[in-house]
Amino acid sequence: MERRTFIKQTGIASAVVAGTPSFNLFAETKKSKKITILHTNDVHSHIDPFPPEDASFPNQGGVARRLTLIESIRKENPNTLLLDAGDIFQGTPYFNFYGGELEFKLMSMMQYDAATIGNHDFDNGVNGLAAQMPNASFKMLSSNYDFTNTVMEGLTKPYEIFIKDGIKIGVFGLGIQLEGLVTPALSKETQYLDPIEIALDMTRLLKEEQQCDLVICLSHLGYNYKYDKISDLKLAEKTKNIDLIIGGHTHTFLEKPTIIKNAAGLDVIVNQVGWAGINLGRIDFEFDLSGNATATSKTITV
Amino acid sequence: MIRIFLSLFLAISLLGCKNSQPTLTQIEGHQLPITDSIQANQDILDYVAPYRKRIDKEMGAVLAYAPLSLSKKDGPYNTAIGNMMADAVFELSNPVFNKRTGKNIDAVLLNHGGIRSTLNAGDVTMRSAFDIMPFENSIVVVEITSNQANEMFAYLKSGTAHPISNMQLVLNENDELKTATINGKPVEHGKTYFIATNDYLQQGGDRMTFLSEPKSMEVLDYKIRNVLVDYFKEQDTIAPVRDNRFIKE
Repeated sequence: MERRTFIKQTGIASAVVAGTPSFNLFAETKKSKKITILHTNDVHSHIDPFPPEDASFPNQGGVARRLTLIESIRKENPNTLLLDAGDIFQGTPYFNFYGGELEFKLMSMMQYDAATIGNHDFDNGVNGLAAQMPNASFKMLSSNYDFTNTVMEGLTKPYEIFIKDGIKIGVFGLGIQLEGLVTPALSKETQYLDPIEIALDMTRLLKEEQQCDLVICLSHLGYNYKYDKISDLKLAEKTKNIDLIIGGHTHTFLEKPTIIKNAAGLDVIVNQVGWAGINLGRIDFEFDLSGNATATSKTITV
Repeated sequence: MIRIFLSLFLAISLLGCKNSQPTLTQIEGHQLPITDSIQANQDILDYVAPYRKRIDKEMGAVLAYAPLSLSKKDGPYNTAIGNMMADAVFELSNPVFNKRTGKNIDAVLLNHGGIRSTLNAGDVTMRSAFDIMPFENSIVVVEITSNQANEMFAYLKSGTAHPISNMQLVLNENDELKTATINGKPVEHGKTYFIATNDYLQQGGDRMTFLSEPKSMEVLDYKIRNVLVDYFKEQDTIAPVRDNRFIKE
């Protein structure tokens, strides 16, 4: 767990990073609260680690190891959310043999809180996806796929609000355009809706109406494209009130999370951790409760 | 008593707050690699075991041997693994197509994104075929017009190493098509061409629209993965190479 040295300061006030803040359980009032977000994307049925002879990722990944790491982080901070940005299915014989049953069951055992739908999650059709939903104890979040008239109708939610240690966290899901990626024979009557418009609706609802302290977008749009196609970087720029975009689809390995200015000139973090469960992403958010902090003095360390 | 104390405590702590609204002050990001230094969770291992056992039984069968690893990132324009896949489709599906229609496949076009993993050096197994081609896609042969064939070349000249067989593209230094041939000949106006591809691309995948409205189409009911399995069984050694089927001068 190397700590990267790149430190970015934002806002007018210069905040000081002085090591890890300590929590004293016996203090009269807590001065701050910490929320930890753990995330994966494009695991693609990679349940076992890659074999030692693998040319690209020898001995890396594996669900059983991932859970050990997750549990140790939950022990350190129980106020943790575990999220996935889609393409859970397809990539190893586990999917060909069992149709995604084991993927969903293991994510439920690991106590994932929420996931969104990737294009490969349609590989056995909307019917194949719906058939596995009883194995998912986590929320399937999708705000821009309209599943009306399909068997997935009613099995997803556009967003979910989680409350951890009194902090309100709004999470919503965005999926990629299906045309050219998923044949209509598989997606049936699923309608893809414009992700920017939906994101503007979702963020207004979560931040302004619901007063969430943290807004997270689980996106399968893809990190960035050379051509004109909606991506996580564009989504970050064109919206406001999103704090974190957890991305997928492009299998992007980032040296560090990307920081983008949103439409209001504030920082958005965009992150993605490759694919196949080789990495677990971790973003910690610290909230000040003293009333002394201003919204403009935020320190981002990535 | 405890309840009263708690309420009192809560009231005091709320009054003590100048501002009860939490303010985000600090964000820290890390990427945590999942390596073999992390102990595996036993519950998960036990749960997966019966599922894995059934798969391993079928996946372990050795079909051939690869002296070198092959990756779709091996090079620009064409790759050894892509050439192998396109050539295998050509070789193995043409007899099926010919027997049914009396005609021959002119060329093969697959997609670079459809090569889903590297082929590792060593034993080539049933699992290797599943790794490279986990999808259930199967071969279709489309009859396309000369105009559609030209659209195909216009699409391919962007340079992505989509697997092709029995066609050749040469780009000049300005990335324009210098020559483009099917079966060794330039596209002849008015002629039609039989292109073997997969149903995903035929149905609009990767926006290969020139495959979407063919003059005729033959569905071979032959999965790409099964082509690979049959090809591996035929060969002792899997050692395809990059060649000049798509190059830039």
